Amino acid sequence: MLATARTFTLDGISARPVRVEVDVHRGLPNFTIVGLPDTAVREARERVRAALVNCGFEFPLRRIVVNLAPASLRKAGPGMDLAIAAALMSASGELPWERLADVALAGELALDGSTRPVQGALAMAEAAREGGAEAIVLPAENGPEAALVEGIEVIAIDSLGRLPALVAGEWEPPRPQPLPLRLDAVAGAPDLADLRGQPHLRHALEVAAAGGHSLLMVGPPGAGKSLAASRLPSILPPLAPAEALEVARIASACGRLASGVPAGRPLRAPHHTISAAGLVGGGTPPRPGEATMAHRGVLFLDELCEFRRDVLEALRAPLETGEVSIARAGGQRSLPCRFMLVAAANPCPCGRGECDPDCACTPLAVQRYQGKLSGALADRIDILAAVRQPSAEEIGGPAGEASAVVRERVLAARERQERRLGEGRCNAEMTPAEARVCPLEGAAAALLADLYAKQRLSGRAHDRALRLARTIADLEGSEEIGEGQMAQALQLRRRGDA
Amino acid sequence: MPEPRSCPDCLRRAWLLATLAPYIEKIATGEAGSRSPELLRLANEDLVEVAAPKVAAQLLARAAALPEPRLRAALEGAGCWACCRHDDLYPAPLRDAADAPWALIGRGDPGLLAGLEPFQTVTVVGARRATAYGREVARELGRELAAAGMIVVSGLAFGIDACAHRGALDAGPTIAVLGCGPDIAYPATHRSLWRRICEVGLVLSELPPGTTPWRWTFPARNRIMAALAGMTVVVEAATRSGSLITTDLAADLGRDLGAVPGPVTSRASAGPNGLLASGAHVIRGAQDVLDAMLGPGRLPAARPEPSLGPDLAAALAAVEAGEGTGDGVAAASGLSGASAAAALARLELLGYVEVSGTGVYTRTLRPSPSGPCLGH
Repeated sequence: MLATARTFTLDGISARPVRVEVDVHRGLPNFTIVGLPDTAVREARERVRAALVNCGFEFPLRRIVVNLAPASLRKAGPGMDLAIAAALMSASGELPWERLADVALAGELALDGSTRPVQGALAMAEAAREGGAEAIVLPAENGPEAALVEGIEVIAIDSLGRLPALVAGEWEPPRPQPLPLRLDAVAGAPDLADLRGQPHLRHALEVAAAGGHSLLMVGPPGAGKSLAASRLPSILPPLAPAEALEVARIASACGRLASGVPAGRPLRAPHHTISAAGLVGGGTPPRPGEATMAHRGVLFLDELCEFRRDVLEALRAPLETGEVSIARAGGQRSLPCRFMLVAAANPCPCGRGECDPDCACTPLAVQRYQGKLSGALADRIDILAAVRQPSAEEIGGPAGEASAVVRERVLAARERQERRLGEGRCNAEMTPAEARVCPLEGAAAALLADLYAKQRLSGRAHDRALRLARTIADLEGSEEIGEGQMAQALQLRRRGDA
Repeated sequence: MPEPRSCPDCLRRAWLLATLAPYIEKIATGEAGSRSPELLRLANEDLVEVAAPKVAAQLLARAAALPEPRLRAALEGAGCWACCRHDDLYPAPLRDAADAPWALIGRGDPGLLAGLEPFQTVTVVGARRATAYGREVARELGRELAAAGMIVVSGLAFGIDACAHRGALDAGPTIAVLGCGPDIAYPATHRSLWRRICEVGLVLSELPPGTTPWRWTFPARNRIMAALAGMTVVVEAATRSGSLITTDLAADLGRDLGAVPGPVTSRASAGPNGLLASGAHVIRGAQDVLDAMLGPGRLPAARPEPSLGPDLAAALAAVEAGEGTGDGVAAASGLSGASAAAALARLELLGYVEVSGTGVYTRTLRPSPSGPCLGH
């Protein structure tokens, strides 16, 4: 007897459809899985066997061949257990299921037959709908995220033992409540009010948030760099519903959705020992990296100079294009990664900075360290903020402006940008052609020309200054870039490629 | 902005020189090329008689007939202006020289001519084929002198000249004196440097726009460089170098000479080392120049500076007090983050502060404006 079922294997953050074909015929008892399974898939044999027996089904003592089609696609993960078990029961006549070909199944089985959640259920439900399936059967834990997908019936089961009742139509599974998507941070999340004093750093953060500009903070340890970075998502605009779904899809593929929805924009802060594959994604099959997990949010690289050079180099193209493209023998995948880059570094190896009398770093060591700073991704960074240890009065002083107030201004600035550039775009993404047609007041143009002549700015630095000035003008609500706004932009811009 | 003026006769002299250039080239090339400053001492009639005896009358008549509007149109068309020896703007130190040009053709800021005093002007010259040491010294010398408010004069040539200009441009304006029309960037690879000097400094020549360089025009322009400055500093030069022509001319005018010492084994330093042996000032850095010209420990009289507004003055005071970061300046000056950023950017452009790769600001040598604050 032959039976087929539909399931999926996760590839990056998208689910690829896999057809499970099970053939049961006479011969020496044997259970073979073919079709490029990885070890986790091959071990499905033992899990399926035990789950069937422990749920009171009979395991056929015949020759069983499971084929996973297409045979050329490498299949990974334990998520195919449920589909294999259902097809096997159908093929052996234990549980004939006419609808089996119209239903997709995904889930891992425990030895007692209960189901365990899988990664990427959201993408799987979407792929099932695209593939024309009527329903998708998933572990109970994955129900809510899959229910976000409209146009497909989601059946959440807690055990393999539920199947006979489901097939017979005796048990009507309740439709799981879709996961509430949170567009914004929950109350009590880190607030910018915690950043006391430090007016210049606050200004830099606000400009960065308003225009989507990347930011580098340089300062001694304990100056509030990490604190500032962690507050950045709270002043960014809330996610749009479509963006929230993208974020949820990535979180689902990384298996982070079962433990709770990410609230608002993600903030990822990978440790500096991370590998290139860990940062931009990689492996076989490709797994999303930190850059993708920070999609629509903030990627914070603390101790920028300590990151390996090749790791930072790998981030270069994704920063430009907004997606990671991973080429493997099996083909090319692209993973989305539109994030805001925020980095922090110490001014010298000891961290105190050249101005500090206690700094014992030799000039050569400082030079080498700062050379790293200008090499590492520097040309992708818009704003440089030098941060200093806040004074005692500042720390003991009144709380700073709250995130909500700052965010109002950021939102207004973003609105102006969208009106000018189009839906969902911000000043940081302006092309040089767009930047150069921004209307400038005469004095602002003179200031820029003066600097261009005196410091031999490169074209790129020139355009960067224009973009920053445009954002500051948007924050202040003016149509033309004024002289004061241009001066602020010239101060905030990162130096080095002048 | 002062308006440079020129009389028709002086203008015609410039054009006459351009016409005579190939004739002078014939009689004053090679070793004798250095004689061109002496030739230029001659009045029109004598000069033409010496350089082109066969066609003297013809050339003189043609020069006298040049219509003034056409000359002015040529100047304007090349973006240049002229300042003749009868104008108040004509640099006073040039008047000392018997062979001073009748008219200076300039491109750039004529305001620099006003108040061009010998004690505020330094000519830096040296070899075209300079060593790394010479380049470094020239650049640093140019930068520090400009930062101290001095005007650095040089000749836009390869090597030392270009380095001195570049260094000076880091901190202020500079003057390039050319051996061709001021609208021609020579050597052509220095086009971008020439353009920057035209924008923030001044390019001078005694030849009208469009005149190509001749061998004799370089010693001729050297005499202008020597006369303009109170001191001529040689950074590197071989024993028989054009730079030494400049120092000879400067010595004739009674100007100070300075030389940067170099290794006795280096041929490139033979010139300056020789000058030191014969009594030139030892120049180890900008301070030595300032000491020699103004007396020990003195700073040059401040050129009139635009006064700083309250924001800029407060921010500058904060940087002077040792605050290096934007936050520190904002806290110490009471400015908002945005205003502090704008103030720091303006101070940097004005050359009062400079910023490191890590975004930390420090005070430069440029003296604060002494005038009262008038508000920004």
